[in-house]
Amino acid sequence: MGRVQGGLNRVRSFFRKPALDADLEAEIAAHIEMAIEENLQRGMTPVEARRQALIRFGGMEPAKEKHREARGLMKLDILLQDLKYTIRTLSRDRGFTVVAVLILALGIGANIAVFSVVNTLLLRPLPFPAAQQLAWIAPPPTKCGLSCATYSTDAYDEFRMYSRAYQDVTGYFAFSSPGNLSLTLGGTPIPATSIDVIANFFEVLGVQPAMGRLFRPEDGRNGTAPVVVLTDAWWRRQFNGDPAIVGKTFDMNGRQTTVIGVLPRSFDFGTVFSPGTKVDAITPLNLYGPPRDWGNIITLIGRMKPGVSLAQVQADAVAAAPHMCWNNKYPKSCGSYAEKNGAGGIVPVPLKEYVSGRLHRALVVLWLAVGMILLIVCVNLSNLLLARAASRSKEFAMRGALGASRLRIIRQLLTESLVLSFTGAVLGLGLAWVLVSWFAHQGAVALPLLSALRIDGAALAWTVLIAVTAATLFGLMPGLRMAGGNLHESLKDTGQGSGQSRKHDRIRSVLVVSEVALACVLLVGAGLLLRSFMQVLDVDLGFQPERAAAVKVEYNDSALTQDASVQKRTAIFQQILSRVSSIPGVEAAGVSDYLPLGQNRSWGTPWPEGVPQPDKAPAGPLVYVVTPGYLRAMGTNIRGRDFTWSDGPHGESVVVINQAYARFVAGYAHWPNNDPVGQTLSNGSTGPGHLMRIVGVAADVHEESVEGEAGWQIYYPMTQASPTGAELVLRTTLPPAELANSVLRTLRDINPQQPFADFKPIQTLVDHANSPRRFFMLLVASFAGLGLLLAALGIYGVISYSVTQRTQEIGIRMALGASITTVQMSVIAKTLRLALVGVAVGTAASLLLSRGIAALLFGTAPTDPITFAGMILLLGTVALVAGYLPARRASRINPMVALRNN
Amino acid sequence: MGEFTPDPKLDLLQGTLDLMVLQTLSALGTLHGYGIARRIEQVSGDEILLNQGTIYASLVRLQQQGLIDAEWGTSDNNRKAKFYSITKSGRKQLAKDAVYWQRLSTVMGRVLAMDAEGGM
Repeated sequence: MGRVQGGLNRVRSFFRKPALDADLEAEIAAHIEMAIEENLQRGMTPVEARRQALIRFGGMEPAKEKHREARGLMKLDILLQDLKYTIRTLSRDRGFTVVAVLILALGIGANIAVFSVVNTLLLRPLPFPAAQQLAWIAPPPTKCGLSCATYSTDAYDEFRMYSRAYQDVTGYFAFSSPGNLSLTLGGTPIPATSIDVIANFFEVLGVQPAMGRLFRPEDGRNGTAPVVVLTDAWWRRQFNGDPAIVGKTFDMNGRQTTVIGVLPRSFDFGTVFSPGTKVDAITPLNLYGPPRDWGNIITLIGRMKPGVSLAQVQADAVAAAPHMCWNNKYPKSCGSYAEKNGAGGIVPVPLKEYVSGRLHRALVVLWLAVGMILLIVCVNLSNLLLARAASRSKEFAMRGALGASRLRIIRQLLTESLVLSFTGAVLGLGLAWVLVSWFAHQGAVALPLLSALRIDGAALAWTVLIAVTAATLFGLMPGLRMAGGNLHESLKDTGQGSGQSRKHDRIRSVLVVSEVALACVLLVGAGLLLRSFMQVLDVDLGFQPERAAAVKVEYNDSALTQDASVQKRTAIFQQILSRVSSIPGVEAAGVSDYLPLGQNRSWGTPWPEGVPQPDKAPAGPLVYVVTPGYLRAMGTNIRGRDFTWSDGPHGESVVVINQAYARFVAGYAHWPNNDPVGQTLSNGSTGPGHLMRIVGVAADVHEESVEGEAGWQIYYPMTQASPTGAELVLRTTLPPAELANSVLRTLRDINPQQPFADFKPIQTLVDHANSPRRFFMLLVASFAGLGLLLAALGIYGVISYSVTQRTQEIGIRMALGASITTVQMSVIAKTLRLALVGVAVGTAASLLLSRGIAALLFGTAPTDPITFAGMILLLGTVALVAGYLPARRASRINPMVALRNN
Repeated sequence: MGEFTPDPKLDLLQGTLDLMVLQTLSALGTLHGYGIARRIEQVSGDEILLNQGTIYASLVRLQQQGLIDAEWGTSDNNRKAKFYSITKSGRKQLAKDAVYWQRLSTVMGRVLAMDAEGGM
């Protein structure tokens, strides 16, 4: 107890230094007075009495010092002293300090920024209460896209009823497309995006409204007045943050819709469920209305009961699956979810894993890359400090001679490192803040949770941790070297050619080699990712994104009969296409209801009549309902013919299928010459028009991802099948943006209800799909660039320093007849030797490590020779430049001056 | 050589001063710094090399460990001084340390009395 109390007292007294000092002064004064008094009584003269009293008291200052030491925190006092001294020396050596702090700021800043990304995406739970209970419930991935990743409303009901592992299950309508809500505030309709959710959606997620209320079960029922919940961002942007918005009604999609609440800022639907897209409003899904017959439309999310394990949930899903029907009207469809391609049709995974699981590896690689940057920074600083220490060796030898202990000197050097490192960390924190804010506003990057990115307490703790680690790493070695030096040697050492400096030289060379090796690994990583990215850009997508753009078209084809509706639709699109095609600069135009790399759906598996279907046939092709000219406008090649306007509702049913699907079917159908064109497929029913003639075979389109394999597609003409919307696609001779106005004007001319929808280049669809790869590639590449720069600095520093050290030697050589070239060559040779060793070590390390990122590469081998060759060439060139500058200086040494100096 | 110069005074071993202070306070009750220093000098028969100033580091250390108490007061001849007194835990510590020192000095005595054969 005494120790603890003593410790506390010490801390207390450290902060009460002036008061305690005064107390001690008074005590000492009393002491002296008493001593003098006693001496006077003994008969001394006043002068002698005072003298004797002071002698007996001993040294006044040492006594006070000892008193302070005993009562307070001597270490803290020393630290303050060290700090003062450090700040003085560092501000004297301004050039060094600025370079060191900048290097550290870059390294630490990059580390904090990446940590924040990793923390948000991987470490921190999702932004919902008890988020670990949330599960994403979906079938394993298949060829038929979203239609096979979702469930019908009937299936949802049964699942909810038969599952025992969940507190509740909810879901949302997975087929909402951007711009599906048009808000009319008097003038032109404003396009917005809304998502339909099951009424208990927010309850299951645990989201509370910022204002008003969220949905109740009755909100989604038949015949209730339409209601909407606004997201924070849309409320602010579109409604100027109106504090009285709740209860107001607006014209949305032509219906008076009441705003019942506003969501909190922390809730961002897109960032969790649909990265890279923006959702403005949430509307209730009418489970018992028309969606009942829409088939698989709902994405399921469940909140598990507390303490239920994932295995239990999965077993529970297997048990519930046989009860689920695709549609209760068709008893045959019951149990169809139980089995799919041998795997269970319902596989719950933690929501967190669904959201960011597949980014795990990329993030770890990113983390390692910045870790390497930090290492390079430390090595670089170690090098700088060693150079500095060498020139300060006499100072330390002197301090040692005057009685400073080794520990004290090491402590002094570590204090310097810490001061540098923390200054760098503060600057780095600023840098990281800028980076993180920039990341957070990359709304178009299809990475989840980006908008939740921020520098939080964990990031601050991480900052402190890496600052201390870095300081220890780069400060300890020079510190030990310095303090370990022999006093006499150091005092005598003139710094040239003697043992001590040669030892320094060797250490510094080792440091540079490791720096080059680290830079090597980073460059190889970045190079491989860059090559992969180029490969991805080179993928034949099956359509040509350049000079093509799409705009969402509003149309109204509602009519009493199916026939009338088709006719109305045909007239609308014929008019639109003929008017738009006549706009100068438009090369081709067509309409499709879905675009590639966006949403998709499938309508079963059309199959030649009479040919047995394989048992385990993957689910059917993705469906696109298009007008004539769409494929040409997209730049998709077609063999056979495109649809024409004469493929009418009463003519023969026609379809276009893609090569992959044609190949698959041909494998069973044994068509003459294996040629599908002219053959027929049955849609599975028996009514009129159930046989569809294949009029063309289209190129394979990458409809789900750029990097994945192209799947199966089937195209239906809009004159025979019902589209779920309309995207007008234009191929232009001019940059698409220049046509935006005239096209939109034409569309509004035809239909005044047409909102000012986005005129989006098809390239943005591809860019959006590639955005995560681009994001990671750019980050790793900038880290590699930073690493290269630091390595170059390191090489330059060492060579330049050795030239300075050898000034005299070089002078003598030149005096003895060495030519400028010989001197230059010897310096450059030394540089290249260092670089070569570094590159050799780095290449070996890269070969080992690159296998770890193989999963992140695309069309590039981890041992890609071009990348390795490029890296060696780049590092060699950089080393050459870094060595040439000191070499030039060496060759300009004037022998006379060099010999006279020192 | 020792015969020609006066015996040098004893240097204080680490920690001994604290013990002396405790013992002094235990024996004499409340005392100020000067009084303690003088008392130790007198008892040691002026054999100890004591810079009186060093006593204050010892006093503050003991005080922080809670072994002694301190209070400003007035001395016999009306001088303001800080008075120290031993606490209960100070007495306990003193008892412990005294035993330790006695054992150590016995052992040291025995070791130093050892003759060439290793016997006593």
